[in-house]
Amino acid sequence: MLRGRRRREHIPRYDPGRDRRAERKARELMRSIVSEHEFAMYEELGFISVDGDGGEGGYAYLLYPHRPIVAYATETGELLNEYCVTFRDSGEPELEERLPPADDVLAKWMALRGGERELIATANMHIPGRQLDPAQVRRDLRLLEGWTARRR
Amino acid sequence: MKPGHGDVLLAEGNPGVAEEEERLVEEFRRQLDLGMWAAVPTTSGSRQEAVMVRDFSEVPPDAEQVVFFPRAAGG
Repeated sequence: MLRGRRRREHIPRYDPGRDRRAERKARELMRSIVSEHEFAMYEELGFISVDGDGGEGGYAYLLYPHRPIVAYATETGELLNEYCVTFRDSGEPELEERLPPADDVLAKWMALRGGERELIATANMHIPGRQLDPAQVRRDLRLLEGWTARRR
Repeated sequence: MKPGHGDVLLAEGNPGVAEEEERLVEEFRRQLDLGMWAAVPTTSGSRQEAVMVRDFSEVPPDAEQVVFFPRAAGG
């Protein structure tokens, strides 16, 4: 009789305390690198908006933790594309683990600031709505607009 | 940056001191061999920036830190 061997699936242990500590550290690193405005945006809204190449005007990206990057037109708020990208640590034995949310956003921020074209070329590009609800993203853009106006 | 941990200090030293620079270069290469990307936070005027570096010689001399994070892949 042949017996099938069940492959044991790797299920990372859930430790909410460790995740909280990691996120706290990640936020401290983020605070030391991004602008005060961008850090406050992440703390209060949960995402960061980054201008596309060429500075202000034109287009920008919304950086969510562990969600696709969303490109949008800064003048009209039109959603342009979703860029699906992940940062997996191949040297990490627990392959299923992800970076803390703030580290994931910071990695996107650094990769965009330091090499927008390379990151975008690496990502899988989709039309808006593939993973993120466009209505939610538009709500986030309105939130961002109001939040930015209040800080002026 | 390390999954489940946040940032971890890998090495520190003064690149102006030969022995310490050697240690920094070694760690830099080790991280890139592990498939990590390296970024140096910088400031351009009042704007916060980052420079991606592929070789230790590309690290600006006034850099305070190099941040390694897992290489991006299409999700």
